[in-house]
Amino acid sequence: MRESLDQMLFVYAAFAVTIIATLLLVGQSWLTMRKAEARRDKVKGK
Amino acid sequence: MHLYANPARFLRIAKWLTPLLLVSGLLVTGVALLWGFYNVPPDRLMGDTVRILFVHVPAAWLGMGGWTAIAIASLVELVWRHPLAAIAARAAAVPGAVFTFICLVTGSIWGRPTWGTWWVWDGRLTSMLVLLFLYFGYIALSGSLAREGQSSRIAAIFGLVGAINVPIINRSVVWWNSLHQPPSITTGGSSIDGVFLTPLLIAVLGFSLLFGGVVLARMRTILAEVQAEARLRRKAQKAEFTTEGATA
Repeated sequence: MRESLDQMLFVYAAFAVTIIATLLLVGQSWLTMRKAEARRDKVKGK
Repeated sequence: MHLYANPARFLRIAKWLTPLLLVSGLLVTGVALLWGFYNVPPDRLMGDTVRILFVHVPAAWLGMGGWTAIAIASLVELVWRHPLAAIAARAAAVPGAVFTFICLVTGSIWGRPTWGTWWVWDGRLTSMLVLLFLYFGYIALSGSLAREGQSSRIAAIFGLVGAINVPIINRSVVWWNSLHQPPSITTGGSSIDGVFLTPLLIAVLGFSLLFGGVVLARMRTILAEVQAEARLRRKAQKAEFTTEGATA
């Protein structure tokens, strides 16, 4: 029996996983960097 | 190479290069994904699932590229004792793991409609899964060494030894029978039609820019943490010395 699969559903899923994971990685890296540099500057200023 | 061994000089360059790489990476990746999603015709054999390759292939290259970067930085650390090499290796681990994870998940999603299965234990898929576990091991090891304030040489050796998996992943589809297709892009050229190849290469460029920006951001984070800790330690020592002097 041949399954009928909507290929575009798989495309949406793959794009969604990639975009969400990449944006989370970029956002987390940027925010952590800003936080660490702000802490360093605060310590420097004390 | 030693020109950039000075953290202050590195920070001066990284300060403008990090946002530049991230913003240009987001723009180029966005263009490539929109192109791949809307402008590419369905493939004769794969149909619409060919679009998944615009996210799967860059993720696979960056997963392997991330560990190659760890291995090179580890070698530089062990041989030349470059002060930023260990930081660069640590910074490349999380983005490398994330892209390896994306590669495995998108490959699995592509496999279901194309091969009729989510997963097969063949050479390519298994060696890529091993790479993900190597990343987990490296992240745990280098993080724990940094927390304990110990030398990162053990992590560097782990990074070098783990590099043996990269050529295994690359050659796995040649050495063993696999559902995975053989390499489509080699040093001898490409078997991919230009209509698919152009957006694919743009996607690889965009994701690579993002990868570079993320590595720089994470290097800056590690450097800032080290500098803050060093300053706090110095202040604590100074305060202790002053108190001792006052009581003497």
